Amino acid sequence: MARVLVQEACFDLAAEQARLGEGRVDVGGIAAFTGLCRADDGIAALVLEHYPGMTERALEKIAAEAESRWPLTGCTVIHRVGRILPGEPIVLVLAASRHRSAALEACAFLIDWLKTGAPFWKREEFADGGERWVEARASDDAAAARWAG
Amino acid sequence: MQILYFAWVRQKVGLGQETLELPGDVADVAGLMRHLAGRSPGHAAAFAQAKQIRAAVNQEFCAPNHPLRNGDEVAFFPPVTGG
Repeated sequence: MARVLVQEACFDLAAEQARLGEGRVDVGGIAAFTGLCRADDGIAALVLEHYPGMTERALEKIAAEAESRWPLTGCTVIHRVGRILPGEPIVLVLAASRHRSAALEACAFLIDWLKTGAPFWKREEFADGGERWVEARASDDAAAARWAG
Repeated sequence: MQILYFAWVRQKVGLGQETLELPGDVADVAGLMRHLAGRSPGHAAAFAQAKQIRAAVNQEFCAPNHPLRNGDEVAFFPPVTGG
């Protein structure tokens, strides 16, 4: 059963990784991806909006899909919402398995699918008070599509 | 039925959500978008960019031809940009 969280607070990578190994000795590897807020074009902050209820359902579905494709011993998806400053983490994906290939592939799958399949929207705030909604990128659709079938 | 708006769709409409009865002449998501466009200048501005708007019915992504029933929760939003 995947651990899925949508929260304003930051997350603790070491604590989340330890949780996946807690009380078991069959985990051979844990792959981790942390997405950070870049200061592209001098943005002052990113504001993450989501669809409460649907977001959790969508993430759980994506995690369940990963668990059905790879022999995972566990996986974790934590996505922050609200105001996030450049340099701060936005999203954490962990996939644990007996062997590295399953953990690494599942981790890449989770972040690729999450980017196109979960209802989050990013708004960029600038120092002068301006703002701009981030537009979806075709390259993200292509990254998700490579896992089709 | 409950209608929800997110991101720039919410900003243009000027509402996060509203409740309405499913009009008799609306059969699907695309029809609801045409109907909503007539509710206010804000709605019109949002739905003028219909091709850039995605929808979910009862919290599942769906296509414009997805059929609707009164009581459905329908959400409109731009393509997602999480991660």
